[in-house]
Amino acid sequence: MATIAATPAHAHESHAHPTGFMSWMSTVDHKRIGTLYLFTALFFFLLGGLEAEIIRMQLQGPNGTLVSAETYNQLFTMHGTTMIFLAIMPLSAAFFNYLIPLQIGARDVAFPRLNAFSYWVYVLGGIFINLSWLLHAAPDGGWFGYAPLTTRAYSPGMNIDFWVLGLQILGVSSLAAGFNFITTIINMRAPGMNLMRMPMFTWAAFVVQFLIVLAFPVITIALVFLMFDRFFGTNFYTTAAGADPLLWQHLFWIFGHPEVYILILPAFGLVSDVLPAHTRKPIFGYPVMVFSLILIAFLGFGVWAHHMFAVGMGPIADTVFGLTTMLIAIPTGVKIFNWIATMHGGSIRFTTACLFCIALVAFFTIGGLSGVMHASPPADLQQTDTYFIVAHFHYVLFGGSMMGLFAGVYHYFPKITGRLLSERIGKWHFWLTAIGMNLTFFPMHMSGLLGMPRRIYRYDAGQGWDGFNLASSIGAYILAVGTLFLVWNIIKSLRSGTRAGNDPWGSPTLEWAIPSPPPEYNFARIPTVTSRYPLWDMKQPALTSEVPHSHRGDKEMEVAVGGKTVGHPHPGPAAQSTRVSESEMHIETETYTPAQVGIVLPDPTVKPFFVALGMVIMLGSPLFMHEAQIREIAGNAAGHRTAMTMFWIFVLGGAALMVGSLYNWLLTPLESDHH
Amino acid sequence: MTSVPLTAGHVPDAHDPHATSTGLDNKKIAIWAFIGSECMLFASLISTYLIYKGRSKVGPFPHETWTDPSTGHKFGAILNIPVTSASTFVLLMSSLAMVLALAAVQNKNIPKRTTSERILGSSQLWLLATAALGITFLGFQAYEFTSFVHEGLSIRTNLFGSSFFTLTGFHGAHVTAGVIWLLTLFAIDRKRGLGPRDEVNVDIAALYWHFVDVVWIAIFTLVYLIK
Amino acid sequence: MTHSTHPAADAAVADHHGAGIEHAHPTWSTYWKVATILTLITAVEVWVYYVPAIVQSRWFVPVLLIMSAVKFAIVVLFYMHLKYDHRLFRVLFTGPLIIAMTTIVALMFLFGKLAARVGAVG
Repeated sequence: MATIAATPAHAHESHAHPTGFMSWMSTVDHKRIGTLYLFTALFFFLLGGLEAEIIRMQLQGPNGTLVSAETYNQLFTMHGTTMIFLAIMPLSAAFFNYLIPLQIGARDVAFPRLNAFSYWVYVLGGIFINLSWLLHAAPDGGWFGYAPLTTRAYSPGMNIDFWVLGLQILGVSSLAAGFNFITTIINMRAPGMNLMRMPMFTWAAFVVQFLIVLAFPVITIALVFLMFDRFFGTNFYTTAAGADPLLWQHLFWIFGHPEVYILILPAFGLVSDVLPAHTRKPIFGYPVMVFSLILIAFLGFGVWAHHMFAVGMGPIADTVFGLTTMLIAIPTGVKIFNWIATMHGGSIRFTTACLFCIALVAFFTIGGLSGVMHASPPADLQQTDTYFIVAHFHYVLFGGSMMGLFAGVYHYFPKITGRLLSERIGKWHFWLTAIGMNLTFFPMHMSGLLGMPRRIYRYDAGQGWDGFNLASSIGAYILAVGTLFLVWNIIKSLRSGTRAGNDPWGSPTLEWAIPSPPPEYNFARIPTVTSRYPLWDMKQPALTSEVPHSHRGDKEMEVAVGGKTVGHPHPGPAAQSTRVSESEMHIETETYTPAQVGIVLPDPTVKPFFVALGMVIMLGSPLFMHEAQIREIAGNAAGHRTAMTMFWIFVLGGAALMVGSLYNWLLTPLESDHH
Repeated sequence: MTSVPLTAGHVPDAHDPHATSTGLDNKKIAIWAFIGSECMLFASLISTYLIYKGRSKVGPFPHETWTDPSTGHKFGAILNIPVTSASTFVLLMSSLAMVLALAAVQNKNIPKRTTSERILGSSQLWLLATAALGITFLGFQAYEFTSFVHEGLSIRTNLFGSSFFTLTGFHGAHVTAGVIWLLTLFAIDRKRGLGPRDEVNVDIAALYWHFVDVVWIAIFTLVYLIK
Repeated sequence: MTHSTHPAADAAVADHHGAGIEHAHPTWSTYWKVATILTLITAVEVWVYYVPAIVQSRWFVPVLLIMSAVKFAIVVLFYMHLKYDHRLFRVLFTGPLIIAMTTIVALMFLFGKLAARVGAVG
């Protein structure tokens, strides 16, 4: 009866659970977009991993003959580019999409259609860059693409064209998502969810969005200069015209260093939420964890030149950047110790997710320590461009980011699909990954210190590197086997995994108060939040009895929602045993159609896909321009005209599709029922 | 029976614009985040221009004369300060027109008694005036670019040409996007009239427009005036 | 400035933001004053450019930078109504602006554009 009474007049049947191909193409639901991100990024992770396996096969012994030098350059460039831009960042984005609205108690992100646009730009950009393999012209200038090496004079082929255009496309995706999530976190929080009650993952995501929107414009400009140099003959990186060969390096690393925090902080956030659930203890030092995130992000903009100690910037610059780099070790160390303190005295359940969290703490620390080593310019001069650096950044990116993301996958997969991943297969995945990772990357410290340079496609025997390289390659094969266990686990779980229920881990945050998978509308009733751990307050108050809670913003929240039922002052630590009443926090066990609960959801639409498609066609069209230039030089006037015609068809057609779809999108209301 | 946990009347609707955590409009937060991001975009462009200032191997130069050693041709200082001062003034005035357009939309429902009140209260007039001033600015820029090319400075000529055309070209592209945005608002205003409930849509366009103006204030000093 | 302030403008603004969270908006007279000040500063900037004595003095660059910064601040505070708006917008703008300015200054040092002056002072 209540259901019928609550159903408003405008409810209709169009929101009945849609399935099928078109429903995915047109979805604007943050959960479905997050799922798309998750599986697309896992696919690219496998692709980047395959590239790494070929690299390790080539380097397994001295004088490897598996691939040519050209192919090898393409492999390590695409391995880095794929893992950074197409695997780790989108895996983080999968969790941003899926979790942020759930963790802050919202029904969706601030701009659902912009969210779909971000995903489509990402996947089309990823396809665009990888199309280069079909032409045997994959990017080959390193993921950092140092100019002048990547200018037309030294990289005449289409390889770098794909890279310079593809990265600009991917930048649009990250920026659009960045503005969306900043707005979502600032403005879509449930009543009572003040900033100091937000889950740590949401905090990490919040900080990362600022890094993205401030760092990506810089690489966009650096890439635009490179694009102009390659296609229009400008002089930004032409040393003969007086250009400074360090301009690219500075611009790239002003982006590149914040980028490494863009890669690691989401994993930190995941661990800070997963660890408490599996150790049955609140995160140790929540405010310090928040402030250390902010401090890492802020300092992250002032350390970029430590990637360039070897270019000779002079003693003052070296000292300043060495010092700021060492300073970052402080907030990072704080986080490490806080995770350890969180585990201390907890009743730890060694689930796969928990093991991956512990692995992050251990392996990231190793990578962090070698990072402090080359923060010192004299030490860096010895280590730079050797495998020691390769060892360092794989310990922080594989041992850090990926371990945290795997922890997130095991922890949140049941929320996303409703089914648990197998713990037995998960343990195989974990131990093979942990052993394989260390066997792959630890010996690289040794080969690096013995002088093995990066980016060489073969080496002579007898330099003392043979054994270490063999060990690294064996480790890489073990990693491959471990990853296959993950794939098997996912397929098995999707087919026949154990049903998870609302909250399989006994977690404290809002996303576990609703069914798994969550209904389209997330929360039938927007919760009122009175603490950092609402579910523990309700179900296991003993766990949070000693946690002080912030009351900040309770009043403002009340004002913001027009004086509705919000902002009950928290009883405070002394009165913790007072259970939060049902009216404030509610475990939802049933899933209804949106119409039944009277919730109006955004209409599905394919317009964001077409805007993305038009944009990618437009931004990719300069490839024809280069072809035209080649034919012009070869004296093929007709061929030149054809290529230029193709260029204009693509650039104008893409622009027309983009602008037309964009106007169509902007002039269509988000919800058909909206007045 | 598990009860349906609500009645519609008690739910703060997430799509109700007043139900946001801060009471502010989503679009306005997004546009300010976007403007913050644009600061870094133009900082990169301006930095590059300044880094390459005085490093060109061949002329023409912005503030100095140059004689081509191979041809003996003498190039004057290429920047045209009087023309750019005029275009700067035009852009500043477009910002004034923009705030008047926003005020007109905000005060749409107030009865207008005198002619001056009717003029000040015409959002269509001021939106169109802003767009027209923007187009005038772009016209100045087109004149400037073509005359530079005629005088022998293209984007390929030297470091100054590359960094100058890219920096001011990026700004011009932003102005162009702004003009299209303003004309779209003007078209909507013609079609159905913009009222106080559209305030935020005009406001975010205005914020973008003023930001583009502010960037020009920096460019005018750093590129044109400082020798 | 006869038509400066619409008689009902302030009342309407107060009505529109009945919640009282937002501060007063700038009035039409403020907009005209700001436009006049901006025009005057621009005129002075261009005038300074044509006075050889100032151009050759060490104050030329600082004076121009200060005038430019004042114009920048006026537009942001009044036309972009940051002075009257929610504190959040100030944070969203000034944070990135500070990082952007610091980056420009750091790059100037790294590329030797400022080192000479520091050396002279030291």
